Amino acid sequence: MRASPIPWLSAEVLEIVAETPRVKTIRLAVPGWRRHLPGQHVDVRLTAEDGYQAQRSYSIASPPEEDGIALTVERLEDGEVSMFLTGELRAGDRIELRGPLGGYFTWTVEQGGPLALVAGGSGVVPLMAMARHRAAQASRIPMHLLCSWRTADDVIYRDELARLAVRGDGLTLTHTLTRSAPAGWRGYTRRIDREMLLEVLTGPEARPLAYVCGPTPMVESTATLLVSLGHAPERILTERFGPTGGTS
Amino acid sequence: MTGPSGEDLYRLDGNGAAGVLQEVFAVEMTTASCTCPACGRVSALGALHLYGGAMGSVLRCASCDTLLLCITSGPAGHFLELRAILHLQPQ
Repeated sequence: MRASPIPWLSAEVLEIVAETPRVKTIRLAVPGWRRHLPGQHVDVRLTAEDGYQAQRSYSIASPPEEDGIALTVERLEDGEVSMFLTGELRAGDRIELRGPLGGYFTWTVEQGGPLALVAGGSGVVPLMAMARHRAAQASRIPMHLLCSWRTADDVIYRDELARLAVRGDGLTLTHTLTRSAPAGWRGYTRRIDREMLLEVLTGPEARPLAYVCGPTPMVESTATLLVSLGHAPERILTERFGPTGGTS
Repeated sequence: MTGPSGEDLYRLDGNGAAGVLQEVFAVEMTTASCTCPACGRVSALGALHLYGGAMGSVLRCASCDTLLLCITSGPAGHFLELRAILHLQPQ
């Protein structure tokens, strides 16, 4: 079967911002880009001088209301693509990508809520696109965002998340740190569990739309807990990142 | 935490195969629904379990693990093995 072409687009790197020591946001101008939905991803393809190609998928961090797109990429020690994107890439360089891809794990304000968002580490990226879209639309749809990180230094989008959470427009933000917490930390200090989900998220009686994204073990344990709490399985959408050894 | 181990750690969601699915079917497929012929579960392709590698992508039923769709990719194109019933709705 011959492949039906999805065009590879040449994207120009406008800016690279360090989010944490391991995570960078790459702002791109993408001529020919179709407007995406929050939660969608792109395939990025790198080609070496000898023709060797490597391809990975990355969630889009920016909302559709912004020009261009932003990808937030975590450096994985055995990840040849993420090592290049977070280590070698510079403003002015070009990379090949195609998208937007994946209509399943998406949300727009037209779908309503309430929303229960749960992120493990860099799993926050597609959920951030949803939160930014909600803010850009001045939506007051209740959105509860629970983020699990290893340490306080691993928190991505820390300041922007804090700003979103003090707008008083129905977005609540909860962090939990699973490895170590700084002195004076008042948030949770354990892995996501049943009690935490009960305390933080909208209950099943309100039939929230749940989006869970992160490393595979974290996503599966969270989705299983949500079902056991009575959440409708068809309203729980998951995006597993694999074993990444990420920042959950 | 108890959770997946071994191969299960590499389990992803069908949504992650959006690119290759769109190459094969020429339309966005992760929101298309499919029926597992073994257990009858109806779900979006994006909600299936995806096992991927350099050689291709395998989509299995999230309930009973039956192999539903396998795409093997190479320079000559894609080979598609399809065992599920797909319901396609034009967007």
